[in-house]
Amino acid sequence: MTPPESVAVLGVGMHPWGKEGRPFADYGVDAALAALDDAGVAWSDVQFVAGGETVRNGYPGYVAAATITQALGWNGARVASCYAACASGVTALDAARSRILAGLCDVALVVGADTTAKGFLAPVAGERWDDPDWLRFRLLGATNPTYFALWARRRVDLYGATVADFARVKVKNSKHGLHNPNARYRKEVTEAEVLASPMVADPLHLLEICATSDGAAAVVLTSMAYAKSHGVTSPVRVRAVSTVTPRFPNTVIEMPNFATDSAAALAPPELSFRDSIAAGAYEECGVGPDDLSLAEVYDLSTALELDWYENIGLCKQGEAERLLNDGDTTIGGRIPVNPSGGLACFGEAVPAQAIAQICEVTWQLRGQAQGRQVEGAKAGLTVNQGLFGHGSAVLLTT
Amino acid sequence: MTTTSVPAVEGWFTTSTEPHLLGTRCTTCGTVFFPKASGFCRNPVCRGRQFDEVELSSTGTVWSYTDAQYQPPPPFIPPPGEVYEPFAIAAVELAAEQVVVLGQVAKGYGVEDLSVGAEVVLVVEPLYEIDGVEHLIYRWKPVAS
Repeated sequence: MTPPESVAVLGVGMHPWGKEGRPFADYGVDAALAALDDAGVAWSDVQFVAGGETVRNGYPGYVAAATITQALGWNGARVASCYAACASGVTALDAARSRILAGLCDVALVVGADTTAKGFLAPVAGERWDDPDWLRFRLLGATNPTYFALWARRRVDLYGATVADFARVKVKNSKHGLHNPNARYRKEVTEAEVLASPMVADPLHLLEICATSDGAAAVVLTSMAYAKSHGVTSPVRVRAVSTVTPRFPNTVIEMPNFATDSAAALAPPELSFRDSIAAGAYEECGVGPDDLSLAEVYDLSTALELDWYENIGLCKQGEAERLLNDGDTTIGGRIPVNPSGGLACFGEAVPAQAIAQICEVTWQLRGQAQGRQVEGAKAGLTVNQGLFGHGSAVLLTT
Repeated sequence: MTTTSVPAVEGWFTTSTEPHLLGTRCTTCGTVFFPKASGFCRNPVCRGRQFDEVELSSTGTVWSYTDAQYQPPPPFIPPPGEVYEPFAIAAVELAAEQVVVLGQVAKGYGVEDLSVGAEVVLVVEPLYEIDGVEHLIYRWKPVAS
């Protein structure tokens, strides 16, 4: 397959992460306007709006794209609202990118925004005996951190990882995000503080599990021709987007499931689901893990960040702790991971988070990531996994 | 006093003295599903629609484990009037079925009693009580080594 044409990231913008309790569309408007101003594009010129949806508090999906379009002032743009749990933002980006590559539009706005409740993410109310996401709480008391901890424990028992290793991921990310104006938590945290915080799901402590936040992020995507006509000759480019689903049998226990697929009748695929996500992006554009200057990975927990190092090909299985402890993934190291501070400093705003990852890589590739710049960044990867089998990875280059 | 007990969920496990999880096996390709599958086989190279109910192996090895130190949100039902008591959860690999099944760990056992690869056996224990009726759930119990 010939690598697809690039599309241009002409503008990016965010509403800072926090817990203000305002309507999600307010945040979305702020992020969209910031991205439009960054791009120097008028709202009236946007032809397509793609929004990342979430499901929360009894509302079966905010109609994200239409709601934010209406809030910005109806301009007749076509819209798509995309739900892929944590991967929603990239599914929305993929819709915009595909439309541009198909020649159906030149200028698209991708936006995700969320207002979150406090505490554990929990299913919406009502009895649903056929819904595994409801049943896992009722029958097992299995929260999202339960699954994060199961994966973390594997690292301890199989690779000899320690709770101190996990804590050092948080220490690193808290340093990275210290000067990020969009981060919610901007405070250095020590290893001792992490380990002294309450245990939530053994071996993970409270400070190792990402919070839920309000926030919004937006990207203005355009055709390369439009960018050029707009006077931008070398924009940050989207080179590949991966929105893969698992291949049967998926032999890793995933939220919200009670069991894995059985591998009794069909052998597991060569790549695990999480391995296949970035691989899909690498394959699409021919840029590989050795070419990366940085990566933004989905650190729902400290230990999960270490899994991602292996899943995106930065090191072999079982070597992630060494990569971390050698300083390779710290800014100034060989391949900085989560220079934004990651979810550790943001907390998760589900439909916005995957777009926020793209904003960060864009700022890094432009040399605009003040206080956290990865020097000479040329290529960056974002990677994420959404509930129910949604993979998401985006490869961006200068 | 509790007079009756029922499974907290219908058709997922037997409640005999040697309980088993109940799954289904595709009659075309042999793939096992837990919880039970119906309709269309999820093996992408199979087009089977017929499933037999099967009892899954009652012993397995720990794939991973953790605990719930904070009380989970609803629809989890905490014991009424009592202080929340953390419990352990294990993902257990069944060799014959090549499947990993998540379950709570038997009452009285914690993460210190578990390790990846350790043997466990299926038991059935009370999960919660509603209107004097005890609701039962399957759990994984460490086998003393």
